[in-house]
Amino acid sequence: MGPFLEALSFQAGYNAALVAIGAALLGFAAGAGGSFLFLRKRALVSDAVAHATLPGVGIAFIIMVALGGDGRSLWGLLIGSAVSAWIGLLAVEWMVRRTRLSEDAAIGAILSVFFGLGIVLLTIIQGMSRGRQAGLEDFLLGSTAGMLFQDAVLIAGGGALVVVAIWLLRRPMTLVAFDPAFAAARGVNVRRVDLAMMGLVLAVTVIGLKLVGLILIVALLIIPPVTARFWSERAETVVWTAGCIGAVSGWVGAALSASAPALPTGPIIVLVAAGLFALSLLFAPARGVAASLMARRAFQRRVHRRQGLLALSRAEPIHDPLTLRILRREDLIRPDGVATDTGRAAAAKVARDERRWSIARQLHHDTALTGRYDGLTPIEQVFTPDEITHFDAAIGGPNLAGGT
Amino acid sequence: MGAEFVQFSLTPILIGIFAAIACALPGNFLILRRQALIGDAISHVVLPGIVVAFLVTGTIATGPMLLGAAGAALVAVVLIETVRRLGKIEPGAAMGVVFTALFAGGVLLLEQSDTSSVHLDVEHALMGNLEQLIWLRADGWGSLVDPVALAALPPELPRMAIVAVIIMVLTVLFWRPLKLTSFDEGFARAIGLPVNLIALGLVATAAAAAVAAFDAVGSIIVIAMFICPPAAARLMTNRLSTQVAWSIAFAVLSAVLGYVLAGYGPIWLGAASSVSAAGMVAAVSGVILLLACLFGPARGRVGVAAGGEAP
Repeated sequence: MGPFLEALSFQAGYNAALVAIGAALLGFAAGAGGSFLFLRKRALVSDAVAHATLPGVGIAFIIMVALGGDGRSLWGLLIGSAVSAWIGLLAVEWMVRRTRLSEDAAIGAILSVFFGLGIVLLTIIQGMSRGRQAGLEDFLLGSTAGMLFQDAVLIAGGGALVVVAIWLLRRPMTLVAFDPAFAAARGVNVRRVDLAMMGLVLAVTVIGLKLVGLILIVALLIIPPVTARFWSERAETVVWTAGCIGAVSGWVGAALSASAPALPTGPIIVLVAAGLFALSLLFAPARGVAASLMARRAFQRRVHRRQGLLALSRAEPIHDPLTLRILRREDLIRPDGVATDTGRAAAAKVARDERRWSIARQLHHDTALTGRYDGLTPIEQVFTPDEITHFDAAIGGPNLAGGT
Repeated sequence: MGAEFVQFSLTPILIGIFAAIACALPGNFLILRRQALIGDAISHVVLPGIVVAFLVTGTIATGPMLLGAAGAALVAVVLIETVRRLGKIEPGAAMGVVFTALFAGGVLLLEQSDTSSVHLDVEHALMGNLEQLIWLRADGWGSLVDPVALAALPPELPRMAIVAVIIMVLTVLFWRPLKLTSFDEGFARAIGLPVNLIALGLVATAAAAAVAAFDAVGSIIVIAMFICPPAAARLMTNRLSTQVAWSIAFAVLSAVLGYVLAGYGPIWLGAASSVSAAGMVAAVSGVILLLACLFGPARGRVGVAAGGEAP
């Protein structure tokens, strides 16, 4: 077994296994939690939340050192980061509510100012003589080297709690994500649900600080939901698919990172997620690029086929090469361009349906029905057989050319 | 305020001022168009750009670095647009996907390549090295007219100054179309302005400012100056020209006050060492924005009394 497969099956050592399990759980929580944010079209709020954690880390460290500790307690640092991220989040909300600045400006302002403040605090800490400050920079990009058992338990337990909270809150959060006005009319407290949504994002961010780092945790909150959106139109499916995509990214990424030196965990996890995104963008059914290209081609063929048959029924010459090719392939015309028997039959049906439609427009003033005429929808899908018989009666019998 | 100031503080302050102005000017229009976060995205993708430039050329010369950063910014803008259109995804999420993935790629490349011998790391890209852009050859205010000493100016200063001046000239030249397209895109299109081209030009200008500034002052100042001074200025007035003037004033104030507080503040308080100037400039711009949010005369939405709740 290669080192990668070993790591993938949790056999590359105790620490690597811990990291892989923690990363998978974190990925699941981030993917599922980020989905609501994405559906609410506020994905980048998580960027402000993530950057706003930094001053909290610095202040928590300074306080812990001032109280006589060495400032290394992960719990203390995470509580500090959660408090400052919450302040940053409330500041974004406050700015959007109280001033005329739009949300993106508020996000950018909070993100840069809190991050700048955090950097100032980090340089203050570097100048401090007490405490073991080495390692605070790890919160920028995450680091799994020397991760302790209790750190891994914290990540795994926190991730599991977030998943439970998402499951409990999925109904109101889905409602608010899709239609806040409707949710408000139904009696849902939109602001409180929004804050709960943000609280989940904040929890994911804080838990992920140690593993992925504050700059890249945003990626785990955004990329899996966007990827999952390609695979489903149903909100709940998107949420759990995003969770699975996040979990797979975390697990595979952690395994890859453990399999070779100089592969930092956070960036690798993000790149695995980005790879899954690229695959989905190209190949997902229905919404993927390949699928929409094929749908476009199929549509084009139907248009050309119909136009060709109409031309046949009117005995007009066909010049378009694509039309000729399609008709020939379906054996509707012979290679020299003359219609075959099947071709004549198909052309007659197209011409008859065209006639039925024009009668339908005279008889029906219901534009909801006749408005569905686009040349490609079969008339049998719009009107009942009785109605079509009625149209046929209005058309009358076959007219012989040249007399009665 | 003698020789020491000229040697150690004058050039960083000037570079900070020029960088702040170069970023704040396009920031005004980006904020009006709700594209404020494009500056954030660009300054993240600068990292993979400079790493690739380093791997290709093997040096940390300025030219290739700037080219790499500019190339990465271009790639990012194109990718964001592609993802947005192909995937039918909202712009914010498309941006989030692209810039985080590119940034992760940059960090990975950096870790994989042997860059320990050169000064190239993530923290440098974030924080810049404003404090180190000193003018050692100066020995007093007289050096400002001494050609020998002037030749030893840190090269970042003339570069940043030129970029700032070019952006100012561009802003004045394209004032009318910029204003029209930012406020009423439909009308601008109707009178025949090339709306998409102007939007692209604005983003390209912002990218140029970000790329030129990040090397000297770091990404934090770039992101903060794109957003905070224009946002604060927006709360001061309803006229665009006044807003731009305010934003320049706020940008200059942040740069000067931030640098002075970072360099001298801790010493006044009795601490031994200074703190990060880049972080402090961002923090000061945040304080200015906070004050504008609380007291700015035009802070409310139209139709809402100042300080009142939005409907």
